[in-house]
Amino acid sequence: MNALPGIFNYLVVVFLMMAGFYVVIAQGNLIKKLVGLGLFQASVFILYITMGNLAGGAAPIVTEGVTVYSSPLPHVLILTAIVVGVATTAVGLALAVRIQEAYGSVEEEVIHASDLRDDESLFGEPAACDREGGQ
Amino acid sequence: MLLGFLVLIAIAAIRLRDLFAVVMLFGVYSLLTAALFMDLDAVDVAFTEAAVGAGVSTVLMLSGLRLTRRWEEAPGHRPPLPLMVVAVTGAALIYAMLDAPPLGDPTAPVHQHVTPYYIEQTPLEVGVPNIVTAVLASYRGYDTFGETVVIFTAGLAVLLLLGVGGGHSFRPGENAIGDQTVLKPVVKTLIPPILLYGLYVQFHGDFGAGGGFQAGVIFASGFVLYDLAFGEGNARAVVPPAWLHRLAALGVLIYGGVGVYALFAGKAFLDYSALSANPVAGQHAGILLVEIGVGITVFSVVLSIFYAFSGRRRKS
Repeated sequence: MNALPGIFNYLVVVFLMMAGFYVVIAQGNLIKKLVGLGLFQASVFILYITMGNLAGGAAPIVTEGVTVYSSPLPHVLILTAIVVGVATTAVGLALAVRIQEAYGSVEEEVIHASDLRDDESLFGEPAACDREGGQ
Repeated sequence: MLLGFLVLIAIAAIRLRDLFAVVMLFGVYSLLTAALFMDLDAVDVAFTEAAVGAGVSTVLMLSGLRLTRRWEEAPGHRPPLPLMVVAVTGAALIYAMLDAPPLGDPTAPVHQHVTPYYIEQTPLEVGVPNIVTAVLASYRGYDTFGETVVIFTAGLAVLLLLGVGGGHSFRPGENAIGDQTVLKPVVKTLIPPILLYGLYVQFHGDFGAGGGFQAGVIFASGFVLYDLAFGEGNARAVVPPAWLHRLAALGVLIYGGVGVYALFAGKAFLDYSALSANPVAGQHAGILLVEIGVGITVFSVVLSIFYAFSGRRRKS
């Protein structure tokens, strides 16, 4: 990978990041949105680790006869971010499970339609802002 | 090559509507990312990504999927707006990336400032070979304390959302994947090495790749495996959820306790030189204690999140 010139890694990172971003904003399924968030997150990890890499450097564990190491700082940041990431994903999943139980679906459109119906039965006519949001 | 695979998986994840396949692909994506990290000299990160991303995260996603729905509904319309937003953001990011220092450039900003300090001073000030562990637990100990609390809070949030589990919702001996004759002996032989390896990673983290975060996840995955193969009633008999909740708090308490002890000894919060007359020995003890705290919290949070998901029955 070190032989690859220049900023090729970064370009791929941007592509992966945008793939995750697209899933989050364009797809209606909440579980899939979480996966999209995961894709996005992993691409940020790759970005950081790529920046920390040093040509000819070794892994940052002190060894005799080695003087050049990759930067340990991005490693520390990403290491903790990965574990925090899985914990927050679990919170998202738990929310999705509760939404499934309350609405019977994790599809954004179904949830939204159900909310609109509730509003109508409560207030008679949907509020103007809701009508716009629903279209 | 690896990056090419990652791109393929990302595209497949967008197109597939079978969420089971999407989640499994995401696991593969994580494993490939781990291989990439290995290639970029980030051994600790690769380790964590392999254990968390490909292991625990996939299991959690699947147990979440079990409680919702496997198939995604066909999208009614594909608005061009998101695609446009994505294209514009992507173009802006690529424009910014053109100025980024090339891969492995020694003059890049990341290799200036504090990085040389950490690399030069770690053997003298902290005395542990793994610089990542030294930065994690000592130089940036405040941040790591924060991360540990975040993990604890996330575990708390999941328990609040899904209930503390146990009692009414599970039947002892009931098995999510059925009675597997082949799987049981295999799992039985795998679990002791997994737990032993978890301990090794925990206590060898100062010297090689590893540490509390990875060890906690590996240790928890041993119990998750037991739970999957032998039924949740049995796993809960070994480690009851009520213990886990106390353990999660205990881990944070150990970490914070080390900090407060340093305060009482007249040093700054989390200044490990308070632990011993010899500063380097103090650093050793401090890192060991703090990593144990992290390991306990991560282990118990991951396992209790898993219990919370697996103990819940599908309602609708």
